[in-house]
Amino acid sequence: MKTYEYLEHTADIKFRAYGKTVEQVFSNSALAMFNSMSEEKIKESKKIKFRVKGSDLESLMYNFLEELLFYFETKNFFLNKIKIKINGFNLIAEASGGNSKDLVIDTHIKAVTYHEMFIKRQKNKCVAQVVLDV
Amino acid sequence: MFNMKMEVKKIKENVYEIERVGNMRVPARIYASEKIMEAIKKDKTLTQVKNVATLPGIIKHSIALADAHQGYGFSIGGVAAFDMERGIISPGGVGYDINCSVRLLKTNLTKKDILEKQKLVNEEIYRKIPSGVGRGSPFNLTKDRLLKILKEGSKYIIKEGYGVKDDYLHTEDEGAMPEADPSKVSTRALKRGIGQLGTLGAGNHFLEVQFIDEIYDEKLAKVFGIKKDQVMIMIHCGSRGLGHQVASDYIKAMEEEYGYENLADRELINAPIKSKLGKDYFSAMSCAANFAFANKQLITHWVRDQMNRIYPKSKIDVVYDVCHNIAKFEEYDINGDGKKKKVCVHRKGATRSFGPGRKEVPEKYRKIGQPVIIPGSMGTASYLLVGTTLAENLTFGSTVHGAGRVMGRGQAFRTINKDEVKKDLDKKGISLKSGSYKTLIDEAPQVYKNINEVVRVVSELGINKKVARLKPLIVIKG
Repeated sequence: MKTYEYLEHTADIKFRAYGKTVEQVFSNSALAMFNSMSEEKIKESKKIKFRVKGSDLESLMYNFLEELLFYFETKNFFLNKIKIKINGFNLIAEASGGNSKDLVIDTHIKAVTYHEMFIKRQKNKCVAQVVLDV
Repeated sequence: MFNMKMEVKKIKENVYEIERVGNMRVPARIYASEKIMEAIKKDKTLTQVKNVATLPGIIKHSIALADAHQGYGFSIGGVAAFDMERGIISPGGVGYDINCSVRLLKTNLTKKDILEKQKLVNEEIYRKIPSGVGRGSPFNLTKDRLLKILKEGSKYIIKEGYGVKDDYLHTEDEGAMPEADPSKVSTRALKRGIGQLGTLGAGNHFLEVQFIDEIYDEKLAKVFGIKKDQVMIMIHCGSRGLGHQVASDYIKAMEEEYGYENLADRELINAPIKSKLGKDYFSAMSCAANFAFANKQLITHWVRDQMNRIYPKSKIDVVYDVCHNIAKFEEYDINGDGKKKKVCVHRKGATRSFGPGRKEVPEKYRKIGQPVIIPGSMGTASYLLVGTTLAENLTFGSTVHGAGRVMGRGQAFRTINKDEVKKDLDKKGISLKSGSYKTLIDEAPQVYKNINEVVRVVSELGINKKVARLKPLIVIKG
């Protein structure tokens, strides 16, 4: 099964992430965001754990990706693997990765946007669409 | 309404209108040539311009300029003015990179001086000024100093010795928006900003050493003190992570306060200008704008240092510094009855373009109109223009901000070869430094509209007058 794909957008990065569960879709969205910054493989050296809340799935996604961007910008954290638990609109993430300074970062993601964002749950499958401002 | 077939009517040369339908409160205007209009129609720009026309308190038109392309919520190259009583302010109408802006410097060097030491100049500037993602600033900033910068912008760091008075006098808002209130900026935003003062960033941000290739108006050029073959330096960057976080923070806060159910696009979230949240956003946005002004001021200081090492007699002055992503309170004669009315103008990927006589324009340029700096895409020409009174009537004193993209990155990577981009710059005699080869593809000239065409439209329309064309000798990209 495809985990994520990038779609055309004139200026920004637009992706769709897929999964069997909402958790998988959130994990794959995080990987899609970091993969758009650099396709190089990161050597694992850092672990982070965080919680975010939302008022619906979309705001949970927004806050979740923004938290990862915050770690990237302030702690040079570059994601490799992530485990997520979602309960209602609360999320706990355990992520491992490395120092972004070890990589060539090709694309600067400025922010997560709500533009054209959706998260759809169907039977046994879930899909999310996100546009990142670059 | 958004599934309805969109009627775009050509009113006259370079002017198109989408009439008011559905819940649009005003018509939409697009200022573009036929050729550019074809490009604009290919993405969702027009839908976005229509969406903006539905927002409360919008005045006259929702506007897209000749460099317009799809953004998030509001389009890029978009302008919208709102009534101070009934209107709204929207972080998405300003953009995440608050006060992403362009500064133009003039030097007392000529093209020949640079050509003799082209590679050295490139290396020295690249070494000193951090560019790209994650290259932090060598500038040691404490929280206390950061708060002062948010309040006083480039004025503060000039007081500390990183520049001269004329630098801030020749900056929009004199380098400090007075409404700034650092208590409205989150700790999270401060944390993102503290290590980034004096950094270029990545993407479309750049520093270029250019020369004056052609003068269009000798009288105007004389006021600027520029002549053919004179070396100029252009810096394009913004408020970095600090501004991005301010936008995100207020988008979230406005959603919590007002909900987004009635919006055509969730990214159009807004608050009434008069509300507490609206005012708080404006104060925080002003802080981010001031950070961006200071950011370019510090880069200017370092450029002077580096150039002085190579050319001990070099002298570098700030010509002007214009905002791209910003909301401003400005006065206009909206009904043509001589009465001035204050409105809140959103410019997202647009430049202010005031005509002669406005008090906001520095004394040096007040008689000729506000300087307008239009960067081209990598390796192509840039322009120095001035604003006009007609722009104040037509576009709320606004014009284009650059070439504007036409191609997404997917298509760019499929169709553009990085070696050819490099070869092309080589052929033009341009020295290039970039931290990432992907940036070269994503920022290749083919990805953008033709800058000459965009500038032709705004000068034919009469919202700008051409002063000079600049061509690059050295390009530094993130």
